[in-house]
Amino acid sequence: MTPDLQEAGAATLERHRQAPAATPAGGASFGRLMHAHKPDFAHGVALYLDEISVSFDGFKALNSLSLAIDVGEMRCIIGPNGAGKTTMMDVITGKTRPDSGHAHFGSNIDLLRLREPQIVRAGICRKFQKPTVYEELSVFENLELALVNDRGVRAALFARLSGQQRERIAEILQLVHLLPEAHRIAGLLSHGQKQWLEIGMLLAQEPTLLLLDEPVAGMTDEETERTAELFLTLVGKHSLVVVEHDMKFVDMVTQGHRKVTVLHEGSVLAEGTLAEVQSNAQVIDVYLGR
Amino acid sequence: MTPAQPANLLPESKRGLLLGVRGWSVVIGALVVIAVLVPVLNLVVPIGNPLHFGDYGVALVGKIMCYAMCALSMDLIWGYTGILSLGHGLYFALGGYAMGMYLMRQIGHDGNYRSDLPDFMVFLDWKTMPWTWAGSASFVFQMFLVVAAPAVLAGVFGWFAFRSRIKGVYFSIITQALTFAGMLLFFRNETGFGGNNGFTDFKRILGIPIELASTRMALFVLTGFTLIAFYLLARAIVNSKYGRVLQAIRDAESRVMFTGYDPLKYKLSIWVLSAVMCAVAGALYVPQVGIINPSEMSPAASIEMAIWAAVGGRGTLVGPIIGAFFVNGAKSWFTQAFPEFWLYFLGALFIAVTLFLPRGIMGIKDRLKRTNLEKGVEVKA
Repeated sequence: MTPDLQEAGAATLERHRQAPAATPAGGASFGRLMHAHKPDFAHGVALYLDEISVSFDGFKALNSLSLAIDVGEMRCIIGPNGAGKTTMMDVITGKTRPDSGHAHFGSNIDLLRLREPQIVRAGICRKFQKPTVYEELSVFENLELALVNDRGVRAALFARLSGQQRERIAEILQLVHLLPEAHRIAGLLSHGQKQWLEIGMLLAQEPTLLLLDEPVAGMTDEETERTAELFLTLVGKHSLVVVEHDMKFVDMVTQGHRKVTVLHEGSVLAEGTLAEVQSNAQVIDVYLGR
Repeated sequence: MTPAQPANLLPESKRGLLLGVRGWSVVIGALVVIAVLVPVLNLVVPIGNPLHFGDYGVALVGKIMCYAMCALSMDLIWGYTGILSLGHGLYFALGGYAMGMYLMRQIGHDGNYRSDLPDFMVFLDWKTMPWTWAGSASFVFQMFLVVAAPAVLAGVFGWFAFRSRIKGVYFSIITQALTFAGMLLFFRNETGFGGNNGFTDFKRILGIPIELASTRMALFVLTGFTLIAFYLLARAIVNSKYGRVLQAIRDAESRVMFTGYDPLKYKLSIWVLSAVMCAVAGALYVPQVGIINPSEMSPAASIEMAIWAAVGGRGTLVGPIIGAFFVNGAKSWFTQAFPEFWLYFLGALFIAVTLFLPRGIMGIKDRLKRTNLEKGVEVKA
């Protein structure tokens, strides 16, 4: 045995001795450190929905829906109106409690036990169907509120932006093509720009999982294309779930090989590449009628 | 070659300072008027002199400054956070009652019945003071109650209401019901706060005769300073990130929640603060006006507060103060000149502002600026 190997072995041993003392939660797992509020992605699954059912006054919005999203995956979800796409997002983000089923973020976080702000802090961010920005604040201030930091009242009272945070905001502004509009009031932006601002606000939160409800609704063709480009740069860094009706956009972001899930009457009807699901007889039935 | 740093391309923002040069000049000007000009014109300049500022004027302006604090607190909660309270009169009255209890005890043996107990208790044939009056002889304790009683009530009520996500008109109706319930409770003699007559005939404050011109002037100056302090506090709050979160809650509460903030904490803290501001206003109001009774808790009184804020211009802080002066100034003139028509005028004013001036008096300024810009006239901001 060479001396450097011995030294490396001693260092590793020392690290292992210190690790459990530093984080009491670390002891139980198989050599990995578990954190109570951090999702654990060691199994490669970012989001796991199992047999989720939701009904409103007898109407089954979700009917034992099961779905798994991998870490770094972009998954498009399509389906006719009332298929349960928005309800699914409501369940993941804690807005709606399902009647039955399980929802896990990573392998350790049970989403059904958390409240909305806690779910967000765990790393799941959501874009609404209708662009939802703070209309009377400037674009810059919209992003300022979204940046990762202490969400408490006292911290907010005395918060000052650091140079690093300003740079981060500027980076995001550039990414969503809003740098020249930084100090405009958000209410004065065009519909497409508001969509981008909202996406920028999500990115500022550095989420692990992004849920995007019709992100290109109301955008021009050019804006749609630029949004698709933006999303493709995010794949790998974040997991994305995109609900969209615009098939051209779905085609652009799936690039012929990413998975598409078709929802119908609250459960998964088909899954595969866009070409596969489009040639699926059942899907054609649902979309085109009998 | 290095790529251009996005941060360098970022335009500079104008925000950040508490007040601009003009803002500070107005604040200092107001301080001089309140602390020097009015006392000199009232106390030093003799009564016959045309420059003399009468006691009536001092009392009226002092009263309106208390109302302006209420309008300011309405602006924090309604203008900035989007929560319309139609029950802030309750907190105003609670502050007033806490001060009134102390003033009742200051009467001592000089009441009509020459008793240790306040007159209304003798009249009701009570032999001992109710437990609620235990600390009423202490000025410090009653001042603590001015803040604590409304803070606890607002805190408990707000916690349940905001936790249940009661919003919009439903919330407004509940606040209205709460102040109405408070009024009915205080109307009862058994509650121990003077029933429908409330408290009056105050003689002293801190042992000093309350009717003295110098006492009244001291109260006036204190009220003015408190109003300015509240304004600066409110300005600091809305300029902070906390204030921007409040505005974000007003514009898109769901987005705030899905950004990881807990709106409950933010709404509750500003709700309690605005209740306390109203209560302090009530405590300053009572010794100047000389009476507090349950009518301060009537729904109409609380609705008027909302009108002051709306007329002045919500979300501006200065606007509601101007609105309180404008509406109450008009009220004191109208109720003398055309006593029967005041309520019609108030109603018409509210309708006119809603229809034509959604941003209130402050909106006129913005509109003028915009028309000038459209005409191509250079206007200094």
